[in-house]
Amino acid sequence: MRNVWIIAGREFRHYFISPMAYVLAFLLYLILGGLFAINIYVGMQSGQISPDGRLVLGPMVTILIFTTPIVTMRLLAEEQSSGTIELLLTAPVRDGELVVGKWLGALGFMVALTAVTWVYPLILHRMTDPGIDQGTLVAAYLGLVLMVSAILAIGTLVSTFFRSSLAAAGVTLAVILLLWIIGGFASGVGGANEVTRYLSFVSHYYDNFYRGVIDLKDVVYYLSLTVLSLFLASQVLESRRWR
Amino acid sequence: MIQAHALTKYYGEHPAIRSITFEARHGEILGFLGPNGAGKTTTMRILTGYMPPSEGHATVAGFDVVEDSIEVRRRVGYLPETVPLYPELSVFEYLTFMGSLRRVPALEDRIDEVLEEVHLTERSESYIGNLSKGLRQRLGLAQALLHRPDVLILDEPTIGLDPAQIIEVRKLIQGLGRERTILLSTHILSEAQQVCDRVVIINKGVIVAEDTPANLQSQLAGAERILVRVADGDAALRQKLEGVSGVVRVAPGQTTGELEIASSPGVDVRARVARAVVEAGHDLLELRPIGVSLEDVFLQLTTDDVVAEAGG
Repeated sequence: MRNVWIIAGREFRHYFISPMAYVLAFLLYLILGGLFAINIYVGMQSGQISPDGRLVLGPMVTILIFTTPIVTMRLLAEEQSSGTIELLLTAPVRDGELVVGKWLGALGFMVALTAVTWVYPLILHRMTDPGIDQGTLVAAYLGLVLMVSAILAIGTLVSTFFRSSLAAAGVTLAVILLLWIIGGFASGVGGANEVTRYLSFVSHYYDNFYRGVIDLKDVVYYLSLTVLSLFLASQVLESRRWR
Repeated sequence: MIQAHALTKYYGEHPAIRSITFEARHGEILGFLGPNGAGKTTTMRILTGYMPPSEGHATVAGFDVVEDSIEVRRRVGYLPETVPLYPELSVFEYLTFMGSLRRVPALEDRIDEVLEEVHLTERSESYIGNLSKGLRQRLGLAQALLHRPDVLILDEPTIGLDPAQIIEVRKLIQGLGRERTILLSTHILSEAQQVCDRVVIINKGVIVAEDTPANLQSQLAGAERILVRVADGDAALRQKLEGVSGVVRVAPGQTTGELEIASSPGVDVRARVARAVVEAGHDLLELRPIGVSLEDVFLQLTTDDVVAEAGG
């Protein structure tokens, strides 16, 4: 377990020295800040500010679905292209520890990134009376973290297949989008059933967490996706040795 | 310390190494010599636990490289051919990361010690991305030494360095070899000759020879050779020289007019060869002995027919 923390710590710190992470943070805060300001402005003009704490959350979820693959793309792809994977795979570290450490570091960064956006609902809370519904907000943020953790795990898995970070990001995004549209697509061709609805990546979030409902079914969905992806990632790494 | 038994590794259908068997004793510097693509890196990767062999088995410091991979990795310091470094980290940060993964006690003191050993103390705050190739190589070595491993496996440790750096790294390795077992791969013969106690020559995935550098040299030094350069050599001259007593073989040299003459051991044919050339009406431009170097041994061993004999 100590190895996991060491690797996660290095990964986490890496984000704070990488320009990519700052670009991502800058764009995210710029867009969300802009949206928030416009909403407040419009609200003040009409004399009615909507006390919905999820004001920035909706757009943020969309942005994160498209940008999280950038966060994970280099996790293992870069190690493989630069040869440092040889260093890690010959250190006394198990493949699983390496994978989980990498994912955890990325999760830490994403949690830090999204935690900052909590400031908008806090402002809103002070501007409105009787304030916003904190319970809904907590559920929505919890769901967001679970969903992001699943995206990160899928990204980590995809990253083990590639030497090119860009390819890893592209494929991760494709997988997420596929999971996203699978529900709608299946109902479009008349094949919608329990399974395709359950697989649908985003509906677990919007149908429940976003509305303030924490359903075990949705928690299990994201957690199992995370665990399965990380498990597969360590298997892929293991199989690399045998090739 | 290192025991490899019948190691074979296939990449797909193609065997990169076949039935590699050798041993390295405690405190020995064993050279792994072979042309590029001979299977040196593959063998080393198996011994470091990076990948398992397709067939055969190996133990390092008493642990099986597949069954007890983690134990082996704890005891091995490994410098891969492409030195694995993170350019965005400083020298100190990098060693801290590796040292904590390897559970090095009193890590900061140990880092200072190792940096001193590889003469990098002044660069401990430098970013790896800004280091020259020679310094990176030394940092790679520092990483391999950090946890005081019993066994050091160094894949082409002097590749890409300038001559002064090469000498320095070789000295460093020789100094390290006293208390550790070192397996070092190289395609540079003089390096093996200078640094190693024993040399294993590997070609096309099989071991073709194994001995001390001195023995390998004398083994094939039976024949002595001289180089003759004439102004206008022809086949007739070659035939005539082959007839000179003491001459075993005459082969064309690298440029026109050059002939390489092998003679029986202990016979100096120079005077007779010179006379024969002049008598045949040719102008003798140069005549000098060419000693047998480890390079000749190496070339002889790594040509196809010899491989067939030794490997088959």
